[in-house]
Amino acid sequence: MAMQHVPGVDRGRVILYALSTCGWCARTKQLLTDLGVGFSYVYVDLLAGEERDRVIREVERWNPRLSFPTVVIDDAKVIVGFREDEIREAVGV
Amino acid sequence: MSDTASEEVVDRFMRDLAREAEAGGYHLNPDWEFTRDLVRGLLANLERYGYISCPCRLASGDRDDDLDIICPCDYRDPDLADYGACYCALYVTADVEAGKRAADPVPERRPPPAERRRQKEERAAVPGTLKYPVWRCRVCGYLCARDEPPETCPICRVPRDRFERFM
Repeated sequence: MAMQHVPGVDRGRVILYALSTCGWCARTKQLLTDLGVGFSYVYVDLLAGEERDRVIREVERWNPRLSFPTVVIDDAKVIVGFREDEIREAVGV
Repeated sequence: MSDTASEEVVDRFMRDLAREAEAGGYHLNPDWEFTRDLVRGLLANLERYGYISCPCRLASGDRDDDLDIICPCDYRDPDLADYGACYCALYVTADVEAGKRAADPVPERRPPPAERRRQKEERAAVPGTLKYPVWRCRVCGYLCARDEPPETCPICRVPRDRFERFM
């Protein structure tokens, strides 16, 4: 399974779509970790084949530019890029 | 990461990038830890795809599709002008490098896939018209066709305000 889970406080379903090579993705992951929020993440650049296509379509549904990091909260709120204040506010810590 | 380059390779590549950048009037991000990670990302992409595509963008692995995001990407200079940094923040402007201002967050300028295909067809279909203004360095005569003149002339190193609109 491509999605990794980081345990933490339940602030809803928090998903981080990221690239393993990207500094801003790393900062976003670190921020969520530091905030102690439970979240799942996936490195889209490390996926292949059908799984990659499926996850790409998933990201495009939330963010048609297919840029990273993309954070989706409770299948409703989308934050594109390392927007620290927005992320803090959205996860309520 | 399994495809992490050795420290020595990262150091060497980073020195080369910094030297080339400075020689051309560009500047690497002075946050060395952050920049090192980006350089690691570039090398990981070199290993994977055979070219240093942007570490902060999803490459397709097809060089032709990825041309615009091979570092330095097509979007670096407009992003430096508008935000003080390129999209991944490997490159920053002189005032950001000097700590006189912070770079702004850089939104993705690269068009989505469908728009890129459309633009490609459009470029192929319109010959003979000036797509960009041509700028001339009044000190050395360097000409370039782009939205804005460069921050520093890559030939004689004078600043942007020494450029004039040529055509």
